[in-house]
Amino acid sequence: MTLEARSLGLWRVERCLCRDLSFRLGSGEILQFAGPNGSGKTSLMRAVAGVGRLDEGELFWEGNPATRSDGYRTDLLYLGHQTGLKSHLSATENYLFYQSIAGYSSEIGAKEALGRCGVTEPADRPVATLSMGQRRRAALARLLGVKAKLWLLDEPLTSLDTEGVGLVSQLLKSHVKGGGMAILATHQLLPGIEAQRLELGGKA
Amino acid sequence: MLALASRDLRISFRQPGEVLTPAMFFVLVTTLFPLGLSPQPELLRTIAPGVVWVAALLAVLVGQESLFKSDYEDGSLEQLVLSPMPLPLVAITRVTSHWLATGLPVVVLAPLMGLLMDYPTQAMGCLVLSLLLGTFTLSLLGAVGAALTVGLRQGSMLMPILVLPLAVPVLIFGAHAVAQAANGEDPSGVLYLLAAFLVLGITLAPFAIAAAVRVSLES
Amino acid sequence: MDKYSWAWFHRFASPPYVYRVAELWAPWFAWIAGLLIAAGLYGGLWSSPPDYQQGDGFRIIYIHVPSAYLSMMCYGIVATASTIGLVWRMKIAHTVAVAAAPLGASFTFLALITGALWGKPMWGAYWVWDARLTSELILLFLYLGFIALSRAYEDSRSGDRAGAVLALVGVVNLPIIHYSVVWWSSLHQGSTKFFGGNADIQTSMLMPLLLMIFGFTCLFAACLAKRVQLELLGRERNAAWAAEAVR
Repeated sequence: MTLEARSLGLWRVERCLCRDLSFRLGSGEILQFAGPNGSGKTSLMRAVAGVGRLDEGELFWEGNPATRSDGYRTDLLYLGHQTGLKSHLSATENYLFYQSIAGYSSEIGAKEALGRCGVTEPADRPVATLSMGQRRRAALARLLGVKAKLWLLDEPLTSLDTEGVGLVSQLLKSHVKGGGMAILATHQLLPGIEAQRLELGGKA
Repeated sequence: MLALASRDLRISFRQPGEVLTPAMFFVLVTTLFPLGLSPQPELLRTIAPGVVWVAALLAVLVGQESLFKSDYEDGSLEQLVLSPMPLPLVAITRVTSHWLATGLPVVVLAPLMGLLMDYPTQAMGCLVLSLLLGTFTLSLLGAVGAALTVGLRQGSMLMPILVLPLAVPVLIFGAHAVAQAANGEDPSGVLYLLAAFLVLGITLAPFAIAAAVRVSLES
Repeated sequence: MDKYSWAWFHRFASPPYVYRVAELWAPWFAWIAGLLIAAGLYGGLWSSPPDYQQGDGFRIIYIHVPSAYLSMMCYGIVATASTIGLVWRMKIAHTVAVAAAPLGASFTFLALITGALWGKPMWGAYWVWDARLTSELILLFLYLGFIALSRAYEDSRSGDRAGAVLALVGVVNLPIIHYSVVWWSSLHQGSTKFFGGNADIQTSMLMPLLLMIFGFTCLFAACLAKRVQLELLGRERNAAWAAEAVR
């Protein structure tokens, strides 16, 4: 399983974020997009996921062009800045919803997944009543509920305490051990995680 | 698909305020006309078809603004785009569940508004049917506008401007059917035309909505 | 497509090339437009006789008809350019669409004004909700919507694409809108078809009209070329060729 990016170019609001960017990611590998705020980590991440606009270059998933191909969307899981949780639903309901629309869902139930992520008591309350940290943990539970080969995590450590950071590292380690791959956009360092680094330039 | 629909309906159920706003808007706009013109029954009877239809049109438009807004803001819209489900299908499901929650109350309240405007009771069936067909078509058109403007700061002001010209044919024929029924003529020809608009909308709008959603999420 | 035609296609997608082409063609179009319009006006205002029914008032059709025709042709151009831009991802196509839209809106506005000016002596009122004029009014709203939407986006590349989607939705709706309005008008005003009623147009009237239509089209082409140049300079202001061109 490989993700290959060739000569990616991104422009946002007339500003060039990156040009002629290429990388390759194989099973069991982690890639980290690093760089200061405003360097385009999120835009690049979203472009790789397929939601953001890719102005130049091409992405290849398992040798085939990735853009909008069903196979790519089924194999990836994107957790962005926003949690993707509906605030009027509970964490459990959100989890079950995402399991039902995913390509491949795991057998891990809502209670277990949320429990492993540290969301036990608040699991059945509307997400609006949860703190930011709890919401982030509830969002992370999706990583257990959906089976995806490629994880795209944009700033996964926001709002998390040290325990939370440890949780993310643990999730990544088991994912990678099972042959999965991940791209992280973060300027924080993750303990015990080995990753290739891709530096994105500062302000153009 | 069903999962999406049930999720949307569940959310709508928990937000009665947001859901009933279009219906309240419908009632308010209708009452503005007698207040702004005159409450004489002859006048109201003449303008009833047009007024009820314009009010319904505006109410549906107001309702569509909330279609994608919250999904955009909490990040679930991008997740829907990234899911394996085809986006046009997601769009039509979204529009349908949203219409059930916001458009259907308008249709249900229409006979009441008809009474306020001295609309003949025997023609109420046509009023309801025309609005049933028309509000769904208008929802589809409104969804295109909502999808195009969801990421913009002044999006909510721009959306009606984009959608109202496109809504003109539905308004013309919808109001005419209602007027015909009030005069005792047979409105079925026009109602079939409204149904044809609906079918055209269901066939084409989801693709436009999908394209519009992608453009809004681009940057 | 063979390799040669792809090369042509790609050349056309390059901003400096299009800029040079526009620079070259604009003055030609402008001059031809000037000649045609002058000839048309001479024929229309001078050498053709006044209409037996409407006197001299009808002469406004020499401006009204070309404007109306151009307003619709321009929307077609906006829609076509938008399709090319969306399907083939050519930025230049979007630039053309965005450059053409204000021109189309202006022609629509001109058609509305001249229509109203014609209306006053003919029907006694500036606006009588005639089918053609009402359609033109809705067309104006479609143009304004396109312009507003594409400018509302901070990132112009996304704005272009949003406008393109809107233009496509509009172009599909346009015939539906037009025929609904015509039908609506026939319901409420009987069979008064003012602008369609020029069934027996004499050659003396037809010739200047055709000249004006061609002249306006050339005028539109010249203005479009200039606007495309302007848009390109604005969008590519950071590129080297743009700095050169402005020098």
